[in-house]
Amino acid sequence: MVQERPLRLLVGKVGLDGHDRGAKIIARALRDAGMEVVYTGLHQTPEMVVETALQEDVDAIALSILSGAHNYLFPRVLELLRERGAEDIPVFGGGIIPEEDIPGLKQAGIKEIFTPGSSTRDIVEWVRTHIKPRGWNTDAPQERT
Amino acid sequence: MEGSSKPGAVRGARSKREWEQRTLREALRHQPERPDSFTTVSGMPIERLYTPEDLGPDWSYDARLGYPGEYPFTRGIHATMYRGRLWTMRQFAGFGTARETNARFRYLLQQGQTGLSVAFDLPTLMGRDSDDPLARGEVGREGVAIDTLADMETLFESIPLDRVSTSMTINAPAAVIFCMYLAVAEKQGVPLAKLRGTLQNDILKEYIAQKEWIYPPRPSLRIITDLMAFCARHVPLWNTISISGYHIREAGSTAVQELAFTLADGLTYVQAGIEAGLDVDAFAPRLSFFFNSHNDFFEEIAKFRAARRMWARFMRERFGAQNPRSWMLRFHTQTAGCSLTAQQPYNNIVRVTVQALAAILGGTQSLHTNSLDETLALPSEQAVTIALRTQQILAEESGVAHTVDPLGGSYFVEALTDRMEREALDYIERIEAMGGMVAAIEAGFPQREIAEAAYRYQREVDEGRKTIVGVNRYRMDEEARPEILRIGPEVERLQLERLAQVKAARDERRVQRALAALQQAARGEENLLGPMLECVKAYATVGEICSSLVPVFGTYQEATVL
Repeated sequence: MVQERPLRLLVGKVGLDGHDRGAKIIARALRDAGMEVVYTGLHQTPEMVVETALQEDVDAIALSILSGAHNYLFPRVLELLRERGAEDIPVFGGGIIPEEDIPGLKQAGIKEIFTPGSSTRDIVEWVRTHIKPRGWNTDAPQERT
Repeated sequence: MEGSSKPGAVRGARSKREWEQRTLREALRHQPERPDSFTTVSGMPIERLYTPEDLGPDWSYDARLGYPGEYPFTRGIHATMYRGRLWTMRQFAGFGTARETNARFRYLLQQGQTGLSVAFDLPTLMGRDSDDPLARGEVGREGVAIDTLADMETLFESIPLDRVSTSMTINAPAAVIFCMYLAVAEKQGVPLAKLRGTLQNDILKEYIAQKEWIYPPRPSLRIITDLMAFCARHVPLWNTISISGYHIREAGSTAVQELAFTLADGLTYVQAGIEAGLDVDAFAPRLSFFFNSHNDFFEEIAKFRAARRMWARFMRERFGAQNPRSWMLRFHTQTAGCSLTAQQPYNNIVRVTVQALAAILGGTQSLHTNSLDETLALPSEQAVTIALRTQQILAEESGVAHTVDPLGGSYFVEALTDRMEREALDYIERIEAMGGMVAAIEAGFPQREIAEAAYRYQREVDEGRKTIVGVNRYRMDEEARPEILRIGPEVERLQLERLAQVKAARDERRVQRALAALQQAARGEENLLGPMLECVKAYATVGEICSSLVPVFGTYQEATVL
């Protein structure tokens, strides 16, 4: 019997935005739900976030942006993941993001956007349903390094 | 059994306990209380009934309240409060380029607003230029982009600086922006002694809550004391620091934490000023405060009243201030942005009204009412007008401004005020036992307390133990979406062009000379404001000026607390 390993997620604050209340709450809620969480801290560039995600070998990236720079920062992270051949790491996020911007972000490849008022339960549930351990192959679990 | 035989005779209880046994017990049998937990939004338990007994045996009107305009100012800092002059209605505004914000300012002044309040964009708040790589996507989004004096000249074009009071929400680079304001005044021919306004300039709460910093706490405090000294000599009407609880609360603190951490920050600035050799009465009258007004009506009122009394006592008893103006806690209030909901956004108008009323009953000196669309984007002109009208209706239709401190003497309000004070003092003592606020910040103490409170609150909401209308109760599928303000990508391009033009037109040697002189001053003891003003006048950028001090002061890295 193979025990599925816990999900490993990166929660990140990208750009100059210092509003970290939401990011910290999400990080804790995911951790309390049994997941491993790497929190980047503040003022990360997209490059730094991608670098950390690769080094920490995470299953997904969750980004919090409340500064209005989401239309630049989200796609930039996706672009860098592609450049590093890591486009299989799903990216989702949340913040002050107008409804009208969400379809464009999803089209760019962001898996989900949570706006103000989302409950941590819904977010945890969404992660459980949509994020799978990367590179996890039940036939050969021992090959994971 | 006297009196009880007479039919219809009413005999009242003589104590709360007697009432509980005589009347309450029976009443609860017929009608049990709602199953809700009766606690404030911060989790403070609230009793069923307050009576004189709840004030305790040593409660005295003179010691706890006194008269308005007199120590300890519990009932307000002015004798006549709003009968003399209404609070200043000051809506925070700023977006895009200086040209666009200037137009919004002129609109607000025409609509009867009585003071300006500048919101800067994130790169400016972090002391970075619009062409800094980290500024990509952020230019002009959350506020106005200011790179050089040229932008500041545009921002205040046709606004005579001797006739408005201007509040500038800026912290890490506050001294630089202030120098730009002084330079604009000089160009308009306005004497510095006539300038009125407020600089937020509260770096400690940045480390605690808002997280917009450049240098570590200790050199940052030096810049602040230099600014206090400069203003005491040259700009006497300027409020040098707006010691802010607002952001602490927005980051998720309780009301008591907001009160305690803000006053602890204030004590740190006063101590720093005294240690820098300033006379406490020379700078303390120009310190002001900035609080949040959240959903819990009475808790907020109690917080404001407790704040005034606590500050007065600290200033007089601990620091020996003699000037009554040093004892007075003057404050600006902003309604709680974090309380607004993206769901059914028009409900936010009602929330803002209740919060604004709490600020007024708490005796605020100025007020910003949030716009209904602030969880969606920066406010539209229509939304900001409703927010301003909310204040005007409270001021001129509701009658609440007719008398001083109308809630003073309410058993509930006084008991809650006492309790806020007690609990905040406990926190302040803990912080002082750690070696003061700077040491507490370095140890991550206030950051951790706030994160804990924020998480606790979120769980209560998620589990339905705290109701948020439209979010976890009374939800609707179809929601009216207000029109929102959109900042186009052209703002960034325009600002970059403008910055390039200014850089091309300035005297580069003068810039370099001024920056070198500033750095030299930072290595010694000289007041930094003079050399900084020279940099500004040479059209050095905010980023150039701030980074010229990094080799001397270093940069701050937060030890992340989860």
